Amino acid sequence: MRHPLVDCDLHPAVPGMQAILPHLDAHWAEQVQSRGIESLESVAYPPNAPFACRPDWRGPDGLPPADAATLARIALDPAGTDVGILNCLWGVHLLFNEDMAVAFARAVNDWLAAEWLARDARFRASIVLPLQSVEASVAEIERRAQDARFVQVLLPAMWEVPYGRRSLWPVWEACERHGLPLAIHAGSAYRHPPTSLGWPSFYAEDYAAQSQGFQSQIASLICEGVFVRFPRLRVVLLESGVSWLPAFLWRLAKFWRGVRFEIPWLDRSPAEIARDHVRLSVTPFDVPEEHVPRLLDHLGGDSLLLWGSDIPHWQHDGAPAPPPGLDLARLSANALALYSRLQAEVSA
Amino acid sequence: MAKHVVARVGEIPDGGRKLVVVKGRPIALFRQGEEFFAIANRCPHLGGPLIEGTRVALVTSSCPGRYETSRAGEILRCPWHAWEFDLRTGRSVTDPARFGARRFPTEVAEAKALSVETFPVSVADRVVLVEL
Repeated sequence: MRHPLVDCDLHPAVPGMQAILPHLDAHWAEQVQSRGIESLESVAYPPNAPFACRPDWRGPDGLPPADAATLARIALDPAGTDVGILNCLWGVHLLFNEDMAVAFARAVNDWLAAEWLARDARFRASIVLPLQSVEASVAEIERRAQDARFVQVLLPAMWEVPYGRRSLWPVWEACERHGLPLAIHAGSAYRHPPTSLGWPSFYAEDYAAQSQGFQSQIASLICEGVFVRFPRLRVVLLESGVSWLPAFLWRLAKFWRGVRFEIPWLDRSPAEIARDHVRLSVTPFDVPEEHVPRLLDHLGGDSLLLWGSDIPHWQHDGAPAPPPGLDLARLSANALALYSRLQAEVSA
Repeated sequence: MAKHVVARVGEIPDGGRKLVVVKGRPIALFRQGEEFFAIANRCPHLGGPLIEGTRVALVTSSCPGRYETSRAGEILRCPWHAWEFDLRTGRSVTDPARFGARRFPTEVAEAKALSVETFPVSVADRVVLVEL
């Protein structure tokens, strides 16, 4: 039997506010129209930026794929991908009004269910969380977790506070209880500059700084004891890069030995905790091909790695595939082991 | 293995320490109540002088946000990078299976019961012996 192929990182574009309107309640639907809110696009992936979509995947309107059939044709059909997980990066996380964030998160999740999951059984989705409100985020998980086609929750790499903070723990408790990994995708709510030095001038700086955000989130989740308190919680880093992980964990573990007493709830090395709780997608990959074996040696094998193509972002020319030295079937098996919901019976 | 007299009990107060040399090896000797702990005076990390370390309690936790202390004075922090070692075993607190400082057995004896020639004691003294 052929092993199911799983792509953990696909991006459905919201075609415009008109698509979301039917899923907003009467108040917010009117607010969108009366205030003239046209879009919630983030500067992280402005639709017109070359990186936001490979040129040959843009539609006649020049925009990234915004319907299930088009994305399936680009992302699922060519390699015979069996499961593609949709991570919608629409800017719900940018909003400051928490009531508005809750309304838009609910609407986006319902739009994903109606316009994507219902149209192609190969798609799964991440629950977009309105983390502006912990209480509402838990409620949204409870509301959406009943639908097994939602397989994880989605948040940006950079938020208002580090994700290990205890005020957020009710959200992680709900994730654990429902078997939903926490997916952290490159991006920022821009509450803080994307570098700890201040605002960078250029896009390349912002993009390269994302790995620092991921590192700080991993350190926060581990040091605050999130994985001690929620031992079944898993974290998936999407579009994070990979090669920084072993060096960062080495550094974190080294310092932990000297200040263990500060966080005595850790009864083992942060590197061991990361091995059990953290997974990473391999696009973009950040080592030269000839050094992939060395990286795998540092990582202790490929068991932490997942295939995520990041389609339609312009990361590949030609057919998107894992870098040489990594096996699509093995990475897919890692995803199946991670996402218990992928094995669950799908009932629409 | 032989037992070596390294100190008079009275010269090391409770909580005190003394660097001794046995067969050319520097050994860090620590007193805790009526007990004495002896470990090699060399941190297994990068060779820091453990005799200069800070003695602290063992901090443990049953869940994040809770701090429980026990065994006051029985944990030694290396003066260089603060790695912790259990004075009773010499083992690292963070990774006892992988590394530790070598520990030597100690005992306290009456000097009059020993034939001590190389260490100045009077027959009334109680002395600390290190086995090496």
